[in-house]
Amino acid sequence: MSEMNRKEMILMEDDITRLTVHELVDKLNSNELTSEEITKAYIDRINEKEKDVNAFVTLTTDTALEKAKEMDKKRYSNNAEFSGNTKMRENLVGIPIGIKDNMCTTGVKTTCSSKMLENFVSPYNATVVDKVNDSGLISLGKLNMDEFAMGSSTEHSAMKITRNPWDLNKVPGGSSGGSAAAVASDMVPWALGSDTGGSIRQPASLCGVVGLKPTYGLVSRYGLVAFASSLDQIGPITKDVKDCAMLMNVIAGYDEKDSTSIDMPKVDYVSALKNDVKGLKIGVPKEFFGEGINEEVKDQLQKAIEIYKELGAEVEECSLNISEYALATYYIVSCAEASSNLGRFDGIRYGHRTENFSDLNELFVNSRTEGFGDEVKRRIILGTYVLSSGYYDAYYKKAQKVRTFVKKEFDKCFAKYDVLLTPTSPIPAFDIGSKSDNPLEMYLADICTVSINIANLCAISIPAGVTSDNMPVGMQLIGNRFTEATLLNTAYTFEQKTNFRDKYKPSFRREEK
Amino acid sequence: MSVSKDELLHIAKLANLKLNDNEIDKYLKNLEDILNYAEVIENAPIDDCTETIGANDNANAFRSDIVSEFDNIDGIFEIAPSTERNMFKIPKVIQ
Repeated sequence: MSEMNRKEMILMEDDITRLTVHELVDKLNSNELTSEEITKAYIDRINEKEKDVNAFVTLTTDTALEKAKEMDKKRYSNNAEFSGNTKMRENLVGIPIGIKDNMCTTGVKTTCSSKMLENFVSPYNATVVDKVNDSGLISLGKLNMDEFAMGSSTEHSAMKITRNPWDLNKVPGGSSGGSAAAVASDMVPWALGSDTGGSIRQPASLCGVVGLKPTYGLVSRYGLVAFASSLDQIGPITKDVKDCAMLMNVIAGYDEKDSTSIDMPKVDYVSALKNDVKGLKIGVPKEFFGEGINEEVKDQLQKAIEIYKELGAEVEECSLNISEYALATYYIVSCAEASSNLGRFDGIRYGHRTENFSDLNELFVNSRTEGFGDEVKRRIILGTYVLSSGYYDAYYKKAQKVRTFVKKEFDKCFAKYDVLLTPTSPIPAFDIGSKSDNPLEMYLADICTVSINIANLCAISIPAGVTSDNMPVGMQLIGNRFTEATLLNTAYTFEQKTNFRDKYKPSFRREEK
Repeated sequence: MSVSKDELLHIAKLANLKLNDNEIDKYLKNLEDILNYAEVIENAPIDDCTETIGANDNANAFRSDIVSEFDNIDGIFEIAPSTERNMFKIPKVIQ
């Protein structure tokens, strides 16, 4: 293509960053854009929007542009080294990405948004980071989160407070709030998040983007800083469902370094998108629409149910009375596991070491006391309490039984339905500071999402509509274990019909209060 | 469910954390709220449920007994707060 033609076809930078990844890939394949142009457009967008949104803990934009040039060469040259490299999934070479700051990256800090890991540079990459690099993706930086992924608003970050691009006075959700806000504000085309009780889906819902929590064992946790090991999963946060399927194709798969990852045949999630839900059985558990669920959230979900009916799905109300049991169980089990996992931070091998100690015990205690923030300490204490002698049977052991009960109740539903439909979050994005003094109220933000982790299922959040105040409302679709393909198709079919992204976009408004 | 100050301090000691007076008051209140909420599990119909141990149904993951070397030993020592030769340095344990 001549330089003249190229220039005529070049899009404005804001148009470039508005595109989905599959649209960017099309433009790379047709030579309309280069990776350098795409990456530069994103860097300019970050320079414009990051001061308002605060999504990044660490930017790697300085090295990203060099990498983009390298990727352009790889993409276009007939270089023998590249054509022989079967690990390169050619179609994604040169596409940027953002990574939540709890996934280990060599050469770039992994802080977990904690003072404890403020200067931590991992000696190895997380498996998902290797997979992202091997696919030729370019990281633009590490994204903010609640400290150690504990929170639902990203206000518990020791680094900064991330703001919701739809209203800068509101939270982006959490704990993957930086990832969701960066995708929603077009500062990255897509991002990786992690989800222990809703940390991908709830921020995706509050920021009007797509977020998938894969089934436990589908994506390797190697190199993900552990919060609650039996619940944590890494997953995509994207602009649309097709991008979500594409990123799942990159990150899913068995990893011998994670003994809980499952060795099973690889699925192509993109080819699962059929844009057809005729005959699909969707259950709507009525308990998820009861007390505490915002009326506007209910209205949007009701509209979504009608759309699925129009599309030919068989939608039926059902009963699943588990939410409160699951939430209590979640906080017992996740804090218990966290108190054990976070025992490793001792100021000896890595992480913050106090300057104020006279013996080994003081070194442990003072390093931990100085390094951990308020919410992390609260959860370590709660977790230590429920595991301590005298309370173990009353809380932890009982919670592990409730976990089995929750699984069985879901099994009953999945005997009748392919997919369950619920709100992702009981409320739209709330004001910054409005819940930070009341931990229990903050925990209730997870009421619709935690049961999926408790039962090791998969679930996706996609935008269903907006409130009268123009804030996004997310719909959660829940699938049985390893039914991501069905889930993605169910979400895709709704998205193709409703075209949320064409109708709504973040306003970056900041009303004076 | 109420937690006493002594119990909280005992738990903090087990967790290797030091709490100041403000934190003690705050965490006592928070713990009480959360544990009261957690009492809903008392009503869960779990008589015929066994405990969930681990997230997957698979009992164990076996690997072949082959040594694989970690190739970035230097990287491990670079991030340690204090090292000497190829060791992590800690305060004297035996006086």
